[in-house]
Amino acid sequence: MSLAHASAIFGQLTHYEFDPAEDAAALERLAQWALRRYSPIVMPDPPAGLVIDITGASHLYGGETDLVTDLRQRLLNSRIAAHVCVADTWGAAHAVARFSGQGVFCIPSGGTPEALGSLPTEALRLDPDLADGLRRVGLETIGDLMTTPRGPLELRFGPEPGRRLDQALGRRPDLITPIQAPERIEVDRHFSDPILTSDILLQEVERLSRSLCEALERRSLGALEIDLLTNAVGGEWNALRVGFSSPTRHPERFMRLLKDRLQKTDRGFGIERLHLSASRSAPLIAQQRETLTSSPQVLDIGPLLDVLEARTGKQRLYRIQAVESDCPERSVERVSPLEPPNRARWDPRWPRPARLLEPPDPIETIALLPDQPPVQFTWKGVRRRVLRADGPERIHGEWIRGQDEWMSVRDYFSVEDETGERYWLFREGDGVSLETGSHRWFLHGIFG
Amino acid sequence: MPPSLPRPALDDLRARIARIGPVGQRATGVLPFGVPDIDRRFPEGGLPLSGLHEVAGGGPGTLHAAAAALFVAGVMARSAGHVIWCLTRPDLFAPALAQAGLDADRVIYVEAEREAALLTCFEDSLRHGGLGGVVAEVAKLSMVASRRLQLAAEASGTPGFALRRWRRHADATDFGHPTAALTRWRISALPSTPLEGAGIGRARWLVELIRQRNGGSADFIVEACDATGRLGLSSNMAGRPAVATPWDKQASA
Repeated sequence: MSLAHASAIFGQLTHYEFDPAEDAAALERLAQWALRRYSPIVMPDPPAGLVIDITGASHLYGGETDLVTDLRQRLLNSRIAAHVCVADTWGAAHAVARFSGQGVFCIPSGGTPEALGSLPTEALRLDPDLADGLRRVGLETIGDLMTTPRGPLELRFGPEPGRRLDQALGRRPDLITPIQAPERIEVDRHFSDPILTSDILLQEVERLSRSLCEALERRSLGALEIDLLTNAVGGEWNALRVGFSSPTRHPERFMRLLKDRLQKTDRGFGIERLHLSASRSAPLIAQQRETLTSSPQVLDIGPLLDVLEARTGKQRLYRIQAVESDCPERSVERVSPLEPPNRARWDPRWPRPARLLEPPDPIETIALLPDQPPVQFTWKGVRRRVLRADGPERIHGEWIRGQDEWMSVRDYFSVEDETGERYWLFREGDGVSLETGSHRWFLHGIFG
Repeated sequence: MPPSLPRPALDDLRARIARIGPVGQRATGVLPFGVPDIDRRFPEGGLPLSGLHEVAGGGPGTLHAAAAALFVAGVMARSAGHVIWCLTRPDLFAPALAQAGLDADRVIYVEAEREAALLTCFEDSLRHGGLGGVVAEVAKLSMVASRRLQLAAEASGTPGFALRRWRRHADATDFGHPTAALTRWRISALPSTPLEGAGIGRARWLVELIRQRNGGSADFIVEACDATGRLGLSSNMAGRPAVATPWDKQASA
């Protein structure tokens, strides 16, 4: 279709001159952004693709699904519509992202053949002419290609379809050449003899860590995140990314996090090249390392938080602080452990249970309306007789949060059964008007 | 056996055992409960700081271990520094810990997906030192795991609390198996102190010290932690006979 034709059909059509150089530059900028944000191994895949190896980096974002959702959302925010796919291999991700029509797709590990089966053969990064040729002999989809004997196929179409299929299925290596960030602080070391044993690898990484720390010190910076790239014989890059809770330039702190994961790294036939860089850093003024009078009481817990964070992930390490809210589940908020303490405190007068059930468990009760505690209740199939009770403590819905909380009321009771176990129950509604709630009973917590 | 009687042979033996005890152990002292009747039961006059302690709930509380968690929070309230609390099920309600005297700003929670990861986090934190204490809600605690934790706690002088918590009652039999912990406790809820009128009085617990290294076992009926984490000795505990003599229990624990 010509431009004049298109403009005639759609009047408000805006058009831009095709500029391959500018497109390539934009893609390169996007790759640099992904490199800073997501993973140390990123490669632009012209004309409109990015290859990101998230192995060893996804845990920092709470897993693969969270990472790709975040990636897509950020791209959408900058008005870039993208299809994202996570797969075992570059080939598979390439195929599904471009040909499945789904916005975000994570192929479970080992599920590549099923995911690819129904896609057209072009998805395998094949030349359009070649794909056309395949179609003419009845090989429409990748699934057809998988079931076709390799010999005759190679005789007619050459090695290309087989090679691409193997790459997509992970039977043949597919090399990604990562781009380098220009302003990064990095150290690099080549070895004429490949490193085979983990002891020597650890030694070399430690030496690199020390030089990286020196480089950071010269610029008064501390690393918040470091990337270690290992290049095995055969050209394959492996990446490790670790993060710190506070800026640091202690080689020991680097090593503590890298050590465990280095031992699990696949060394293949030996490692030829190591590359260590600080992907995120922050200003850090020179500090006195240690004084003679330092006592164990004032030990910095930063290094411990790094270790715990590396083991469990950022969201799983937190402090809980008080929030002004009458609603019990909203009165707590998770904050980063290093956040400065706020002044808010919970009201000490109202007893609160040690365990809070989330969501509250529905229970069956026998209770008088409107404001009597239950006489007995059944939870998890066990009937409990209430001997003593306190309440009600009335908690109103927070109307500022929305229309449906305008009228709602919960009446909380603390009750004690014959064994002395104490429970926190509530009734939805004020016991008079159904507008305030359903009058059903729930168990919300267990006192100690 | 009343503790006031002179026992030169026993004291001599204890001193000799202490000399061949763990090498490099730092004497970091004890954390007294501040209740003379309880502190009297410990050879050093309080809960030893450098060691692992096991705490479980009793009765219906075996599964949620709410009273046990508050008991530990009360002990931690009297220590200084950060407290790391490792858990697999995030149902702990922070305001209750604050009401047991443990300030919310001191507690750092670590959520682990699996039990194995939880134990590594527990050990890492114990080994690091400089903390008020480390608490971990664990279901299975093998002899080997507990020994590692005990050594880590000894090396750093940080008290560790294995808050035993199971998903099913059947799994709770694990609590009988031997571990390397210094003490083993069971906390069960008792009917609260009766009030004159209607309502619930201050919660009461049956605190059983089932086992302790270098000491006997005991049990107490106490009133739950107050706002500073201190236990109150129940008034009707006075004059109560010991349920079992310390030596019998120690042999069976």
